Amino acid sequence: MNASRLSRLALGLASLPLSAAALAAGPAMEAAQKQPLNLHAIGMFFVFVLMTLGITYWAASRTKSASDFYTAGGGITGFQNGLAIAGDYMSAATLLGLTAMMYAQGVDAYIYMIAFFVGWPIILFLMAERLRNLGKFTFADITAYRLDQGKVRTMAAVSSLTVVCFYLVAQMVGAGQLIKLLFGLDYTVALFVVGALMMVYVTFGGMVATTWVQIIKACMLLLGGTTVMLLALSQFGFSFEALATRAMEVHKLGPKLFNPGSLLADPVTAISLGLGLMFGTAGLPHILMRFFTVTDAKEARKSVLYASGIIAYFFNVIALMGLAAILIVGQNPQYFEGGDLAGKIVGGGNMVAMHLAHAVGGNLLLGFLSAVAFATILAVVAGLALAGASAISHDIYARVIMKGRASETTEIRVSKFATIGLGVVAVLLGIVFEKMNVAFMVALAFGVAASANFPVLILSMYWKGLTTRGALAGGYLGLFSAVTFVVLSKSVWVDVLGNAAPIFPWTQPALFSMPLAFLATIVVSLLDSSHKARSEREAFEDQYVRAQTGVGAASAAAH
Amino acid sequence: MSSSVYAHIRRNPRFAELVAKRTRFATLLAAIVLVVFYGFVLVVAFAPQIVGQRLSEGSNLTIGIVAGLFQFIFFWVLTFVYVRRANGEFDAINTEIVRAAWQEEK
Repeated sequence: MNASRLSRLALGLASLPLSAAALAAGPAMEAAQKQPLNLHAIGMFFVFVLMTLGITYWAASRTKSASDFYTAGGGITGFQNGLAIAGDYMSAATLLGLTAMMYAQGVDAYIYMIAFFVGWPIILFLMAERLRNLGKFTFADITAYRLDQGKVRTMAAVSSLTVVCFYLVAQMVGAGQLIKLLFGLDYTVALFVVGALMMVYVTFGGMVATTWVQIIKACMLLLGGTTVMLLALSQFGFSFEALATRAMEVHKLGPKLFNPGSLLADPVTAISLGLGLMFGTAGLPHILMRFFTVTDAKEARKSVLYASGIIAYFFNVIALMGLAAILIVGQNPQYFEGGDLAGKIVGGGNMVAMHLAHAVGGNLLLGFLSAVAFATILAVVAGLALAGASAISHDIYARVIMKGRASETTEIRVSKFATIGLGVVAVLLGIVFEKMNVAFMVALAFGVAASANFPVLILSMYWKGLTTRGALAGGYLGLFSAVTFVVLSKSVWVDVLGNAAPIFPWTQPALFSMPLAFLATIVVSLLDSSHKARSEREAFEDQYVRAQTGVGAASAAAH
Repeated sequence: MSSSVYAHIRRNPRFAELVAKRTRFATLLAAIVLVVFYGFVLVVAFAPQIVGQRLSEGSNLTIGIVAGLFQFIFFWVLTFVYVRRANGEFDAINTEIVRAAWQEEK
């Protein structure tokens, strides 16, 4: 197997379900011509927007304190939060990218989906209750719990903003391309619509509105996906055997459709990818923040139970959709350019799910699924913006600059300005990067989350010996090494900077940058014999009791 | 939050018991997930022919598909098992410890 082809494949696959960015990045997107206006889709999207704006109006009246703004007052139930987490985690590219991958590569896509799912049980077993018991508004509340507030929060905010900005830009570019394709709107217009709606949701409705946008979107996604799957399966008498037999007959892979292919052929890439997905998820600021919105550890655990159930179910729906599409879309000349079954799919490979919806449910279902894709982008982008804004206002402004003396009113005001600022930056960068391959940004976001956020976070919860110096060393080294590895990898060094060969041969940094961060944190902490380090180690005892029992955590949500 | 409540809790032997029980349980479940998943990944990477094998002659179900579906269901069942025990048994002990600590505080 040609190494560069493999790494390109792995990167493409890695980014597909994470972000709509890959939609813009993959070669399939070269065919992303503007489509004629899709009135069904626009109509249904309009209904979604009206509904969410209504919710935002209602949420605005309930968003008074900082706790309302950042964590919906901590009053979200486990079930609601589970839906919202699923809504936050499953992006438009999960629906489109994974269906397309199943359609093109068969069982490889299914194996890949497990990697996406498996992080959730781990988050539940190792982190969920501690996150809730220790956290308040941002995950830096946990890492800075017994360490130097100013320095550790600054570091956490820098890496959070790095993750948020790259993920946000990747989403924006993907959104622009996707909306151009699905709705027939201009790229720039699409960016302004996404940016403006995101700012309205977050600045007026805070976490209450963001949560409900994510919940509604998750329900729409489940409804749309299930409907398409059932209609598609009904054509095969709901028999997996019949579907699979016929799919193998017509697919170019033949019986190999159900054999693993190139996806995981290189163990280093496979394991690095697995680690990055699993621990990157556990270090994404907007995902971590969702754990602070529930009442207590009980509800935090339930959130993961519901979220992982929904995610597991939906991945199986997508797998069946992709398989059915091999016959329903792949054998219908209507969906191929020039009616040539061997040629390109109209609108590019990522349109398979949309074509399937059209084939089984006509324009109405196509419109609905398009509206779902748009809603999905909004939900993810709103969550990201809120996480970024809270890093700026709660960590940098209130704790680092004002050293805890900022009034709640000004802190909320700062976070609203920060949201608007992030929205403007996201739209502008989205326009700048329109023609660029932004797949590396997703690798970067997950790499930084797994290497800069996760090691310090998990050690602060589990290891008494962690000191400020150790946290800073590991956090900054994780950030620096993840960024460096991605820059030196093919996706930036060759694809963006135009060099002949990559210096770092793999596309996924996690297998290398994560151990580096852990090592640096542990070694520097062990060598730290300062007076401060001693008191930081002593403070672990109380933190540990709170992490285990939740004593002291209830009051955290109240003020 | 006064530090003395934390001290009371730390001195309660039930606290050590709770932490030991819950940690052992969570570690065991996490280890199962990691071993099963990364074991599967290694089989896919080094022995893909096993993953592609049909369960029986003439069937379309391969070991890969069955193993995949099994992991989705099994891992979710593990989360269910954990949440059930943590929200029931463990939380009951937790409430008891916290109540005792507040009483001592008064």
